[in-house]
Amino acid sequence: MALTLNLNGTTQEVEAEPGTPLLWVIRDELKLTGTKFGCGVASCGACTVHVNGEPVRSCQTYIEDLDGAEVTTIEGITSKEAKAVQQAWVELDVVQCGYCQSGQIMSAVGLLTENPKPSVDEINDYMYGNACRCATYQRIRAAVQRASEILEA
Amino acid sequence: MTLNTSRRGFLKAASASAAVLVIGLRPNGALAAGDAQLNPFVKVGSDGRVIAVVKHFEMGQGPTTGLSTLIADELGVTMEQVDFEFAPSNPALYGNSAMGGVQGTGGSTAMISSFMPYRQAGAAARDMLIRAAAQSWSVDAGTLDIVDGMVTGAGQSAPLGDFVALAATLDAPAEPVLKDPSKFRLIGNPSVRRLDSPAKVNGTAKFGMDVHLPDQMVVMIARAPQRGAKVSGVDDSAAHDVKGYIQAQTLPTQLGVAVYAENTWAAMQARDALDITWDLAEAETRDSETIKSEILAALAAEPTYNTTKSDHAAITAAIDAAPTVVERTFYFPLLAHAPMEPVNCTIEATETGGIRVHDAAQIPTIVHGAMAQVFQLPMEQIEINTLLSGGSFGRRATPTADYQVEAAMAFAMTDGSRPVKLVWSREDDIRGGYYRPAFGHRVRVGLNDAGEIVGWDHRVAGQSIMKGTAFESFVVHDGVDHSSIEGTADTPYQIPGLFVGLTDTPKATSTLWWRSVGHTHTAYAMEVMMDEAARAVGRDAVEFRLAHLQGDGPDQRRNAEVLRLVAEKAGWGQAAPGRSQGIAVHKSFGSYAAEVVEISGDAASGVQIEKVTCAIDCGIAVNPDVIKAQMEGGIGYGIGAAMRDEITLTGGEVDQFNFPDYEPLRISDIGAIEVHIVPSTEHPSGVGEPGTPPAAPALANAISAAGHAVAVLPMINDGVNFA
Repeated sequence: MALTLNLNGTTQEVEAEPGTPLLWVIRDELKLTGTKFGCGVASCGACTVHVNGEPVRSCQTYIEDLDGAEVTTIEGITSKEAKAVQQAWVELDVVQCGYCQSGQIMSAVGLLTENPKPSVDEINDYMYGNACRCATYQRIRAAVQRASEILEA
Repeated sequence: MTLNTSRRGFLKAASASAAVLVIGLRPNGALAAGDAQLNPFVKVGSDGRVIAVVKHFEMGQGPTTGLSTLIADELGVTMEQVDFEFAPSNPALYGNSAMGGVQGTGGSTAMISSFMPYRQAGAAARDMLIRAAAQSWSVDAGTLDIVDGMVTGAGQSAPLGDFVALAATLDAPAEPVLKDPSKFRLIGNPSVRRLDSPAKVNGTAKFGMDVHLPDQMVVMIARAPQRGAKVSGVDDSAAHDVKGYIQAQTLPTQLGVAVYAENTWAAMQARDALDITWDLAEAETRDSETIKSEILAALAAEPTYNTTKSDHAAITAAIDAAPTVVERTFYFPLLAHAPMEPVNCTIEATETGGIRVHDAAQIPTIVHGAMAQVFQLPMEQIEINTLLSGGSFGRRATPTADYQVEAAMAFAMTDGSRPVKLVWSREDDIRGGYYRPAFGHRVRVGLNDAGEIVGWDHRVAGQSIMKGTAFESFVVHDGVDHSSIEGTADTPYQIPGLFVGLTDTPKATSTLWWRSVGHTHTAYAMEVMMDEAARAVGRDAVEFRLAHLQGDGPDQRRNAEVLRLVAEKAGWGQAAPGRSQGIAVHKSFGSYAAEVVEISGDAASGVQIEKVTCAIDCGIAVNPDVIKAQMEGGIGYGIGAAMRDEITLTGGEVDQFNFPDYEPLRISDIGAIEVHIVPSTEHPSGVGEPGTPPAAPALANAISAAGHAVAVLPMINDGVNFA
């Protein structure tokens, strides 16, 4: 099927079979590889992107549901929340292997857009679905708080 | 010491390279006209950019930053002036002296094996650039220095890039003069940031999974559900309905069917659509409960190997006669590594009849050799392009290059005109069988009326990791696989009457080192027993350990120091009401780590890990913040597995599929982690693994302090609830 996506601010015509996860359209067809494949069952969050401004797991989001949708990947985030999160992530050297971090950042941007000053419990609740096998969790918490400070300044 | 750490060997290699590699010869290298490679580890551009050629791959532990730091400090540039690239496969230049000269990453050896060679490389480059500047300016080289990338002195100053072309024509110094450690600006500086952070934060970092070559096919393999089962028939008629499906081919090993497709999703769909019949004649069909029974039975018998060469009968008699005896049996299940990035490998033909392998290659020498064998090509016709790795924890370092050989077989079954990208799914990873083997320990400790240990009878049983691999000759001596007992027989504790016996159990699964290898289970058994023994005689867990770490030996002194430091920083013995603390200390990979886990709640009501405090002595701390991150990550990795992970088999088939039933540690599982680094002038030692061993026993000891002793892992199988 053919459909139209607004990807990172640009209109894209996409040809894909119904039932194809957005993840594979982004990675294999549109060649944007910042969005990662980790589990394929929405259990790790490495594939998190924004659809119409909301974080979703792209491995369980199907292309036929997205005609006309606005899709943002790690390559296309530009909001003030996104800039604050990326700055905080570098300041605190959150990453280790880094493979899950695009997804972590997309979730963190979603959190701060919704709630600019989250508590530790709110961070834990919101970020629960983003797994990090390097266990960078305490830096993720700290970086979300740091990004919140940057936004407040 | 082999080539790289021997100064003479290093310089010989350095001058050979300077002669050959000047003015960018490598097609994929970063050199342009006027740039030069001054030695195997350092390239310098005419624009003053320095490239550190890193002989290790990057799975997150930070060698790209660490090795670049060594060069930058000795050379006299800032971290902002340095980039890194991965070395090509060439063990003569890039072999790991701590891995027998094999080029590879593992055993927490990147910094151990690089500290001197990379400093020497930076110092040699500095010397050549200074001599070139001295020649240009007709001044004495002794008056010049390089500071922040500027050659300065004799009243002049110019960017070092101005002297690259001339420097490349000079001989490498016979004895590069290293900085006095008191002059380090970057080594030991906690403000140095990771070089790989920005790319990993904006989505531009390229992992193996991100390779996309023009016209590539994606291959997924339908593997035998039971280890050793063989394909007896394949029906792919349903797969033809999948758009993008190309073909299915049974692997020459008959251990699986390669499914070729135009893209990853089509490969997944087509693989699901195959109807394969399997011949189970040679397959593993046992249950994990059977494996467990075999291990527990082995613990009841006299061990095959007396690894401590001690008098077992006399030690048993001393324990039998002791007024206090503590006995525990521990069981450790199979564990998967589950790195975030499932393994993958892309292979293409080169223009000259060779092949190029795109892989997050953990041991390039093994991959290189395996490729030469599969393709029957000379080594120089095989190129390995190393990419970033989305974690490994040991998984990418198989002695057989397992997944790279799968990719090679898949490529070899085609006409070679299209690149082949092999991709594993998460299910392949969890079910695909390279596991930390299951182990059992049975420990009996006798204590006298003074509360001192009089005998320690420690039996270990499990499947050897190293036997039957290329690493056997390095690690197996007199039949004993040292990796099965490391951390027990060589414990820093001074234990009178120590017996450590080992029995190998039959091979049940493909086994592999898992972050910290044997220490994953030995530290748990040792440190939980130390706690149980102290409790049985009414002694404090820290005081009891210190009493067994007397003396001036470096192991005792350094272990005692981290133990005292962590106790002080964690407020040992001063937990608030409702909180419980547990402690553990363990030496591994040359480093000494002590950890205190503080929990609220208990096994019945639900345990919450509130705080972990860690003290680490890893010699000179090259990148203190990276070391802290490694402790944080190593602790999380150990604790997550101990809480709730295991691989089980039913009829030989793995019961788990994906993260929902092999649940990783989540952000809410663990509170703050505080890391304290012991100042040291010792040679750097490991940091990637040493944080892991004490974490699980420290948690177990905290849960025990709250009233529930934990002997079976994962803890959820031992009646422990987590909040």
